[in-house]
Amino acid sequence: MREIQEHPILKLARGKEIWIKFSGTPIRAYENETVAMALYREGIDVFTESSKLHRPRGMFCAIGKCSSCMMRVNGIPNVRTCILPAREGMVIEKQDMYGKLPESIEDFPEPCEIYTDIVIVGAGPAGLSAANILKDFNIRVLLVEQNPKLGGQLIKQTHKFFGSENEMAGTRGFEIANILIQNIKDSNINYKTDSTAFGFYPDSTLAIFQNNQLLKVHSKYFFFATGASEKMIPFAGNDVPGVFGAGAAQTMMNVFGIKPGKDILMVGAGNVGLIVSYQLLQAGINVKAVIEAMPKIGGYFVHAAKLRRFGVPILTGTTIKEVMGTKRVEKAISIGLDEEFKEIEGSEKEWNVDTVCLSTGLMPSVNLLSQAGCTLKYVSSLGGYVPIRNRELRTSRETIYVAGDVSGIEEASTAMVEGKIASLAILEKIGYATGREKEKNIEELQRLREGPFSSKIVESLGEVTYE
Amino acid sequence: MKNPIMICRCEDITLEDIKNAFSMGFTDIESLRRHLMIGTGPCQGKTCIPMLEKIISEMSNKDFRGVITTRPPESPISFGSFLHRGKNEKL
Repeated sequence: MREIQEHPILKLARGKEIWIKFSGTPIRAYENETVAMALYREGIDVFTESSKLHRPRGMFCAIGKCSSCMMRVNGIPNVRTCILPAREGMVIEKQDMYGKLPESIEDFPEPCEIYTDIVIVGAGPAGLSAANILKDFNIRVLLVEQNPKLGGQLIKQTHKFFGSENEMAGTRGFEIANILIQNIKDSNINYKTDSTAFGFYPDSTLAIFQNNQLLKVHSKYFFFATGASEKMIPFAGNDVPGVFGAGAAQTMMNVFGIKPGKDILMVGAGNVGLIVSYQLLQAGINVKAVIEAMPKIGGYFVHAAKLRRFGVPILTGTTIKEVMGTKRVEKAISIGLDEEFKEIEGSEKEWNVDTVCLSTGLMPSVNLLSQAGCTLKYVSSLGGYVPIRNRELRTSRETIYVAGDVSGIEEASTAMVEGKIASLAILEKIGYATGREKEKNIEELQRLREGPFSSKIVESLGEVTYE
Repeated sequence: MKNPIMICRCEDITLEDIKNAFSMGFTDIESLRRHLMIGTGPCQGKTCIPMLEKIISEMSNKDFRGVITTRPPESPISFGSFLHRGKNEKL
């Protein structure tokens, strides 16, 4: 129903057809598709309802960070269906208020202890590039990813990357991901998908949940590349199905070949908002406008120019005021803002859209670092709380390293270089000689941050980097 | 009917709820969390806490950033996975 039929860049191949049950109704799904994606593709907007006000809930973040798509799956409540692969015969039900305990524990295998030298949490660009360095050394590496696929958000980037030759500039994001992923699959690295790291305990045990099993990981080094989540903004109707994170729309289109909607209003004209708007056009979807609260466009000129060529208006000094509709967005109202970001009366504009995408910033996913006792600092231009680290990405704890968006919101090219630097630093600590590799990558990172857009980032990183 | 401004979508807490609680004297994140249960749902405040920090910082002219601690589990997992399975054991 919402399948993308033709795409200028992506070859959309679906897996074998399988059937699941949603509230008693058979629903077609495909192998390699998640439950939430199957439901959405079949035209279902409302998955379940909220616990107190019974408001409709559907897809929101699409990458396992929020709670919007949680349902009861085969009797187990609170399952994040956006990251749960569909399996033949699965029974999906609305949450019954707070859910019920399952009647038997047959489905839960005994916990398992894992001993390793390095555990990498998150297989996005930072985690993958670290694993690509570590795979050539004789050490035990465990790579865990909570999504069903390796690659993090890199697998949905269909645009060609800027940056340097070393980081495969000119290549599309998902193609870079494919290369890095294949290298890992061909190596001895122990990787686990569908695995959520949910706790870091005082005895330095990292707790992971995979397929109903608890994995207790004991490791000499911890490498957190947990990425970020999309920021929500307050406006009337911000929880109505059809209001998505822009990243969620990108996941639907570029990973699963699904149209997020028919007519879109994009909120936020940073690079994410501009790039995703263009990709929506590529998928054959109508982007009515991009609105931006700031007085000027935040993203690169090239991305904005592409949209303008397609006649998409970009309205600055404008924000979203309200969304109408109950079970799906039916209309959106924008409003103009003055220089002090106060709403200008009478400047409301009505948009006939069924979808509102929010690209209003990202927030580093630092919860596990906070549990581990790493020192965090709030730096608004880096997205929120970020860990204090040295130039080798070591946090305030000797054995804990970070790379990518969790250490401050930037982009995939810098995340990949950070992944290399941190993994080389760990190797040196273990006692391997890696020559000038680490220094070379530190220089490379400086080069990537030389542009005028990076000056603010460089300044902010100075606030959280010691030594 | 106009849709509410939802702040915490796990626990169904709206901007209106926060304003009311604030006027009743719940003026910091910890007491709002205990009173409203905002941020205590399955996503553990990933969506709402940054908005809440901003809202009450504006309402009270104080800086509330950096006061939240998180404990495991930081993502929803099944408690069944914590159980060692004995023979014929039922919940």
